[in-house]
Amino acid sequence: MIDLKDVTKVYPNGTHALNGLDLHIDDGEFVFLVGPSGSGKSTLLKLLTAELRATTGSVIVNDFDLCKIKKSVIPYMRRTVGVVFQDFRLIQNKSVYDNVAFAMRVIGASEADIRKRVPYVLEMVGLDSKGHRLPDELSGGEQQRVAIARALVNNPAIIIADEPTGNLDPARSLEIMMLLEKINALGTTLVVVTHERELVNRFTKRCVAISEGKIISDGMDGYYQYEE
Amino acid sequence: MKNKKYYVKNKNYGYLAKEGVRGVFLHGFMSFAAVCVTVACLIIMGSFSMIMLNLDHMVQELDQQNQVLVYVDDSLNEAEAHSIGSQINLIENVFDQEFVTKEQALESFVAEQNDPTMFAGLSADTLRHRFVVTLQSSEKMAETVEKLKALEGVADVNAHLEVAEGFGTVRNVLQFVSYAIIIILLVVSLFIIANTVKLALYDRKDEIGIMKMVGATNTFIRIPFIIEGSIIGLLSAAVAFFAEWGIYDLLTRKISELDTLRLFSAIPFSDVLGTMVLAFVGAGLFVGIFGSLMSIRKFLDV
Repeated sequence: MIDLKDVTKVYPNGTHALNGLDLHIDDGEFVFLVGPSGSGKSTLLKLLTAELRATTGSVIVNDFDLCKIKKSVIPYMRRTVGVVFQDFRLIQNKSVYDNVAFAMRVIGASEADIRKRVPYVLEMVGLDSKGHRLPDELSGGEQQRVAIARALVNNPAIIIADEPTGNLDPARSLEIMMLLEKINALGTTLVVVTHERELVNRFTKRCVAISEGKIISDGMDGYYQYEE
Repeated sequence: MKNKKYYVKNKNYGYLAKEGVRGVFLHGFMSFAAVCVTVACLIIMGSFSMIMLNLDHMVQELDQQNQVLVYVDDSLNEAEAHSIGSQINLIENVFDQEFVTKEQALESFVAEQNDPTMFAGLSADTLRHRFVVTLQSSEKMAETVEKLKALEGVADVNAHLEVAEGFGTVRNVLQFVSYAIIIILLVVSLFIIANTVKLALYDRKDEIGIMKMVGATNTFIRIPFIIEGSIIGLLSAAVAFFAEWGIYDLLTRKISELDTLRLFSAIPFSDVLGTMVLAFVGAGLFVGIFGSLMSIRKFLDV
């Protein structure tokens, strides 16, 4: 569950990135987050992953109060949130299997658990036959699937995808979005930041539009309400 | 608490150790560069320490040759004068004493002169019976001289207090300079290693960023780098130690071949073997571990 109340974020240079933002996302929801560059989307994502702290207001993610969270607790909070990036951010000298297993290893999972869980997740994203490959031997769409598998492998309550289809062609973008929808159907909350109007319109999901650090529309009827 | 399941303690020690060892080989060139730099720094530090140890040893040897002359009162006969020796032995800091009669003193005085015939008519009674007292350390010379003067039957004590103080000062200065230089070299090595490791880490900043994003604790991220730093430090210590041993033995052998007058007696490396092993391993580990920790600090701030 994500709950933001009256959140402001002012950077040291005086830029007001968020201005009294309120947002509530329930467990199991699928939400598109849209808005022009500089609207405050990236700042919002950084608040949700505890990379930044809000200047005022309250930010609760999976019961962690991110305005009061101790630095030593942040890693444990991050284990409840999977993140997918536009540029995949895979480790190039590790195989697909090891990239996914890496996320489990760094939180102290046993090798027995890793051997059970990683093949299951790779199968879920359709890469069960490519575990031994290196990332640069895969297509962009496949690399993004690896990134999704890595975000998913620790069974997080929320997955945040920051423009996950930004580097992909329309067909691969649709595949990725369908995969995210499938993951959401299994109970994981999805927050997807995107600029792709057609994709948003194709999936009838909640769409939250941000501009100048505030929510300007929030509804189930799609991206079309928001005009850049 | 709902989030309890996420508070898994990092217990994958085998994986961490493997990653640490893997890091050394994965970044082979940077590891090699770090080892070379550390070896160079350790050899400089080791050589400087050996020079300082030898200088200290030489000063110590000279110091041990410090002697004072204790003159016995004229009124005492030879037997009475000789008996003061047992009291001298009881004084702290006295290493040894030798009784010299006035006749022996005259004989040696005349023998030291360029023209002994000039003093042929000199009577031994113009001199006093005396003791040549060797001290354990010149540091307490003034105190010991006072104790000797206080003995019954002692007329005077002749001691080169200023020379003794000079030795003390030289030793103190040498010690201070050697500590200061070793600390400076250690700090310089630390920064060189830190920068070398930082270059290696720059390659891995994305990997560290990913680790942070998936919930790795800072300790978990640091451990492989600490292991890597320890391996580099230990390897460097071993190479530097044996190189130092070889260079030192070679140099001291060459010097002793040239030093026919035996003015210089070097400490054998085997005398300081244990200390040097500990010093090299300690310095190697310190530089390797802290160099890694210093470098990784800024990459953890995600």
